[in-house]
Amino acid sequence: MNPFIIPTLSYTLLSPILIVLAGALIGVLVEAFVSLKRRGITQLVLTLSTLVLSLFQVWNIRGAQSNSAVMSSVIIDGPGVLLQASILIISIISVFLIADTDNFTALAAALPGSDEERVSLQSGNQVTEVFPLTLFAISGMLLFPVASDLITLFVALEMLSLPLYLMAGLSRRRRLLSQEAALKYFLLGSFSSAFFLFGAAYLYGYAGNVTFVSIASAVVGGSGNDVILFIGIAFLSIGLLFKVGAVPFHAWSPDVYQGAPTPVTAFMAAATKVAAFGAMLRIFYTALAEANWSWVPFLTVIAIITMLFGSFVAIAQSDIKRMLAYSSIAHAGFFLTGVIALNQAGLSASIFYLFSYGITTVGAFAVVTLVRDSSGEIGDINRWSGLGKRSPWIATIFAGFLLAFAGIPLTSGFIGKFSIFSAAYESGAKNVVIAGVLSSAIAAFFYIRVIVLMFFKDPIDDGTSVVIPSVLTRTTVIASFVVTIALGVFPAPLIDFINNYAIFVR
Amino acid sequence: MTLPLLGAGLIATLPKSDGLAAKRAALITTSLVAIATIAMAVGFQRDNVDMQFVESYKWIPSFGINYALGIDGIALVLILMSTILAPIVVLAGWNEAHGGRWSVKTFYILILVLETMVIGVFAASDLFLFYVFFEAMLIPVYFLIGGYGTGARSAAAVKFLLYSLFGGLLMLASIIGLYVISGTTTDGHTFDIIKLSEIHNSMSSTTQNLLFLGFFIAFAIKAPLWPFHTWLPDAAKAATPGTSVLLLGILDKVGTFGMIRYCLTLFPDASKTFTPIILALSLISILYGAFLAIGERDIKRLIAFTSISHFGFITMGIFAMTSQGHSGAIFYMFSHGFSTAALFLVAGWMISRRGSSTIADFGGLQRVTPVMAWMFFLAGMSSLALPGLSSFVSEFLVLVGTYTRYPALAIIATFGIVLAALYILIPVQRALHGPITPGNEGLRDLNLREKIAIAPVIAIIIAFGVYPSPILNVINPAAAHVIAKLGFTDPIPSAGGK
Repeated sequence: MNPFIIPTLSYTLLSPILIVLAGALIGVLVEAFVSLKRRGITQLVLTLSTLVLSLFQVWNIRGAQSNSAVMSSVIIDGPGVLLQASILIISIISVFLIADTDNFTALAAALPGSDEERVSLQSGNQVTEVFPLTLFAISGMLLFPVASDLITLFVALEMLSLPLYLMAGLSRRRRLLSQEAALKYFLLGSFSSAFFLFGAAYLYGYAGNVTFVSIASAVVGGSGNDVILFIGIAFLSIGLLFKVGAVPFHAWSPDVYQGAPTPVTAFMAAATKVAAFGAMLRIFYTALAEANWSWVPFLTVIAIITMLFGSFVAIAQSDIKRMLAYSSIAHAGFFLTGVIALNQAGLSASIFYLFSYGITTVGAFAVVTLVRDSSGEIGDINRWSGLGKRSPWIATIFAGFLLAFAGIPLTSGFIGKFSIFSAAYESGAKNVVIAGVLSSAIAAFFYIRVIVLMFFKDPIDDGTSVVIPSVLTRTTVIASFVVTIALGVFPAPLIDFINNYAIFVR
Repeated sequence: MTLPLLGAGLIATLPKSDGLAAKRAALITTSLVAIATIAMAVGFQRDNVDMQFVESYKWIPSFGINYALGIDGIALVLILMSTILAPIVVLAGWNEAHGGRWSVKTFYILILVLETMVIGVFAASDLFLFYVFFEAMLIPVYFLIGGYGTGARSAAAVKFLLYSLFGGLLMLASIIGLYVISGTTTDGHTFDIIKLSEIHNSMSSTTQNLLFLGFFIAFAIKAPLWPFHTWLPDAAKAATPGTSVLLLGILDKVGTFGMIRYCLTLFPDASKTFTPIILALSLISILYGAFLAIGERDIKRLIAFTSISHFGFITMGIFAMTSQGHSGAIFYMFSHGFSTAALFLVAGWMISRRGSSTIADFGGLQRVTPVMAWMFFLAGMSSLALPGLSSFVSEFLVLVGTYTRYPALAIIATFGIVLAALYILIPVQRALHGPITPGNEGLRDLNLREKIAIAPVIAIIIAFGVYPSPILNVINPAAAHVIAKLGFTDPIPSAGGK
């Protein structure tokens, strides 16, 4: 029997994750012990300072190149650090939105419509468990793109998913819809976890080990059974593709996006995508790069279907959050082209695009929280008509976000799309580029439809109003708008920064 | 060449004021830009075929993208045309913005942003920068049509935007292709159009053809060439007269300009491959536009269809691959800008006075409003290329240039001129002569502002018709340079030729 090896941990390299975990635990204590009056503000300050401290630590370890942070279970390298920083920045912007507790139920444990719920609403007994839940999810997301064996990867996946399932059910209004979304998310998420584990088991069978390094060397050695490798990759991919909402594994996302409280949707749509694609990039670029015969054709087909399907179905949507959900499905297809590219340009482009898309997404959903009537947010796109007249600033900013999604020049979306498509073209995946360009043209249609409604139609007098944004929400909206435009006009510093660091340690 | 910045900088001062102040500020800005451009044109070295007034800053170094500007003779003429038309449009459409959805100042901000981008599009010597201007230009036009137009304005604006975006995205695919190929051949990735024009030898002919098509379709939609033209009549009808001038007179030139600057120089072999098809499309455009114009009752749509016919001539001149054809096509772009401007502006005044855009509603204007009627007559004559007006020179050059290489084509295209006489003379006769249609008795003639606005347009049309050499001297070296680069020599008329 092997002697037990005492694990050596590099705490400095792990500190971003550990800080967030510690913050989450303190948050739980705050929830239990701090008085109602001061709880909200305490949680907000705690969460923000945790995230900022963690971001600071990420900055400190930016040059690290280590594959032995935790017994070769975690790799800290350039892309990992960049992805962690992206997740943290997106989270910080989202937290301002989440802090607007008006969107969350006062007491999640109370049944919808029960007396208990009414009492807690009237007495203002607002619980704020969403903050520690967010932090737990973030810690999982931080671990996900740096995990370098299949077990750690799975643990990170569950760490980020479980809090999100809960958060999806916290909506204050239309609680049944919200709880249905949470349940659906949970069930389909469990499915995908099962697929993931199944694939991981096959890969273990193939390589005799779970670390990416040994899988990579087994692939290079080529002595294993290719069928087992193929099955393993296929199931592992299915598990991951579920998380990013690629067609045909996307069915959960419109329902969950619609049902979940909008701040949670914003956070989930943006940060989860960065984490999940970060992990995918690492697996496919390091562990399975030499086995590209097996997964490139498979992912190419998925990417093309995802882009076209997402764009086409989005046209038919009449709910703004569902439309954004399908737009995010189409974007998942764009990000997949970055994975398929399998070259240095593809890696840098993916990181840039993930970051800029995440910021734009948070901003767009933040605007959605502002357009309301007496019973809450207005999902129906037709009732957004005339918004440009009533609140020109909000409408202009939202139009800016939509143009960024559509990839119009001078927005970050254009630079992202350009760089990711040119990387894919360079690797020879011309059919994906053509599909991407076509679906962009289709997608432009429904983004422009919303702009037409906002600016060229007269308002219907039905009590729709834009609430004056609170300072918190305003911070989110303005910060994301500024970043979206700045990255469109002056992307050079960030691109250079990413190019300097985006090299995987194998 | 800091003109684009100048325009943009002054926009920033605009929002403070409202209404009249915004108009005045816009007028002063556009006039200053025009004067500066003319000053620049004086300093332009005519015989130098390289890019002049070059400036270049690093923008996104890791992709090899520069903010690089520079102009040759072709670009200079078009920039000159655009900047001269801009103050005229502002002055002529003094009250246009009042029917709009938003405030007057927004209208002028949009116009100034548009002018900045148009100058950028013509002056860009970096392909990526060109594309950025090319696409971003759509947004102000979209809001100008959709926000300030008449009738089915939002539908027309959306149609315009979707057509253009579709073309633009095809071009984006081609640009990505070029970018990647440039990485394998020259020293690193580049978007510099001079370097890019040297890499076509290392492409397979299939690649070159496909990339060429991406560019060409985008430009053909913009220009618009049959069968990509259907957005134009709607957009022209819905837009205000001023916006129509900007759209047809200036923006559409980006399409034909792009064909010369990008299609021909970047893909010479593919251009030759597709020449027969494109010439056929041009011929169809000439005749099809003319026939539809004859049957059209709405005056703005009529002008749009005549433009389709004119753009057919321009494209034919470009792809005839002779230096006269090229010079003619470029000069055609210039004079078409002014004659379309004259037509649209006068038509706009007629429409706003009469409250209708149907030709049949006008009649006897010659007696009621003599100045306006004469202006419309002159503009119409310029559109049918009456000798002595600048459009005659250009049309003649195009036809001569085409005849030396494709005699049959030129002869058929000449029918376009006959048809032009029909589609111009019929409305002229209906609107200006004959008995005064009831309801027209009380129409006012042009006021001083309108006279000042139209005067330079008419002056330019006549002046360059009588004495075109200042413009041709700028155009000819540039056109000859493009043709020479393509490896063509002008066919020498055989001794027995008649």
